[in-house]
Amino acid sequence: MLYKIGTLLMKPGAKLVLLALAIAFPFMASNEYQVYVMASAFVWAIAVYGLNIITGYCGQLNLAHGGFFAIGAYTLGLLTADAGWSFWPAFIAALVMSAVLGFLVGIVSLRLKEHYFAIFTLCVGFIIYLLIDKWEGLTHGAIGVRDIAAPNGFGVVDFTDTTPFYYLVLAFLVFAIWFMGRLSRSLLGRTFLAIRNGDELAQSLGINLMRNKILAFVLSTVYAGMAGALYAGMVRIVGPEEANINHTFDMITYLLVGGIGTLTGPLLGTVGIVWITQSLQFLEEYRMIIFGPLLVLLVIFAPRGISGSFLTWMHHKAQSLAPGKKRKHSKVTADQKAREAESNA
Amino acid sequence: MSLFLQQIMNGLTLGSIYGLVALGLTLVYGILHIPNFAHGALYMVGAFMSYFFMVDLGVHYWVAMAGSAVVVAVLAILCERLVFHPLRHSPPIHDKIAAIGILLFLEAVVQMFWGADFRRMSSPFTGIMNFDGLIIPEQRLLIVVSAFALVVALQLFLRKTMTGATIIAMAQNRDGAFLVGIDSNRVAMMTFAISGALAAVAATLYAPINLVYPAMGHLVIMKAFVIIILGGMGSVPGAIAGGMIIGFAEAFGGFYISTAYKDIIAFGLLVLILSWRPQGLFAKGAH
Repeated sequence: MLYKIGTLLMKPGAKLVLLALAIAFPFMASNEYQVYVMASAFVWAIAVYGLNIITGYCGQLNLAHGGFFAIGAYTLGLLTADAGWSFWPAFIAALVMSAVLGFLVGIVSLRLKEHYFAIFTLCVGFIIYLLIDKWEGLTHGAIGVRDIAAPNGFGVVDFTDTTPFYYLVLAFLVFAIWFMGRLSRSLLGRTFLAIRNGDELAQSLGINLMRNKILAFVLSTVYAGMAGALYAGMVRIVGPEEANINHTFDMITYLLVGGIGTLTGPLLGTVGIVWITQSLQFLEEYRMIIFGPLLVLLVIFAPRGISGSFLTWMHHKAQSLAPGKKRKHSKVTADQKAREAESNA
Repeated sequence: MSLFLQQIMNGLTLGSIYGLVALGLTLVYGILHIPNFAHGALYMVGAFMSYFFMVDLGVHYWVAMAGSAVVVAVLAILCERLVFHPLRHSPPIHDKIAAIGILLFLEAVVQMFWGADFRRMSSPFTGIMNFDGLIIPEQRLLIVVSAFALVVALQLFLRKTMTGATIIAMAQNRDGAFLVGIDSNRVAMMTFAISGALAAVAATLYAPINLVYPAMGHLVIMKAFVIIILGGMGSVPGAIAGGMIIGFAEAFGGFYISTAYKDIIAFGLLVLILSWRPQGLFAKGAH
């Protein structure tokens, strides 16, 4: 029974149902606030997809992700509020800015491996925070940036309203997921996976480690910058807190709960956790009492999160149901198959 | 001149605290190759435990420090047993994420009990000594002296005792240590306990001239990471030397360059050094 529901979920049509649900959401929501929460969950999900490229697919734990989110938000904020640009040129500028800074940080940080990379990016994230907080001439310091422009509408569509903005964010999210799906099936995506599974082996296959890692890193920072810019256009006021390391930790939690290195994981984790914390308002401040141990339990018992565990389970089930097949698959190959299945999914 | 000496004193104080925190971090890294992101949270819990013992139970400063060291050492052992031990065969990204989980949990728990406010912790050493115009608060002197004593004691323990030698042996060569019958669980627990206790003592020493609050570990842990990268991950003398380098850079940078940006100095140094030598300043061989 469960398996049948599972196969239904794996069908290509499930995506369309999900999309239809997302489009219908503002009509089902009982108030505007719920639409707003969903839109902010989508913004975070875009950022988490970015984290998934470098950390999930490429295997490099990037702890500066929140910093790049803030760079996107501040680029957009400063250009519209202080320099008087309108939203869309500033939005493009935010993407370019996060790509350029991502490239610069990448060429230094990606020479480092594993722990060194994680620690280095932790420090980069903190430098970004300190610069935003202290460079008052540019960023207004702790006061933050106010009066950020909303996206320019067209015709009757006005993006200062919650519902049109929701659809705008949804469109970007769909694009982000579509691109991610294309990426994970492409040779480039498989190259990233090869790097995650073993630097040296990948290199011996002729993969240019540095070039591919930088590409993954820049893609991830552009995702973060895009999410940050959308965020700034939504809340219209940003402060140094956007660069707080806790945002990076939140995103890691979303990614891990949903399923690191999977296509559906970031969406599932982000939307799920945002709604759980929203419905348990008293949790907001102390949510980490639950999510901290949850992170630990997940990496110990279910390191592949909801999506990953589901796909692995489906795969095992499919194997045991398949008639006339040898059942003696080792766990390792089963896992590998599941991984392949999911990068095709 | 006396301003210059004052900065030397400040550098020594900061360097001592950073060195103690970095020592714990580097010991754990040497044994288990885990960058323990939760170490800053242990430091923070250490400060709050001392605060709790002194303010709520009314015990003396030294007793509070000892009590806090014991509590945090037990906490560190629990982390090793419940979290890092089960993860010993996992990919390296997993223990980093688990360490972040511990960090988030400890901060949230402390915030639940004590709130996010900044607290002031008193110390019996409030006097100020005046050496011919050079003004040294007693607490700062205490920090430098205690850190020095602890480092010497730790060195003696590691070099002169059998138990200490097991830690060194395991850091040098894991398989070799197993071959001569060293119990890795015991060594791992002991290392975590020492590292936790050092963090608690450093926090208790530093808290009276700083403030106590749930996020107090963030900056300290990041600087400790910078230090052990400078000094070579896993190296004990490297941690002490690195601690002093960062302590002095901050004291002088904060005074002669800019107070607002003094926290960036450590990270700026790290970026410079890692761009030039990706394997760290004193490390042999690439990682």
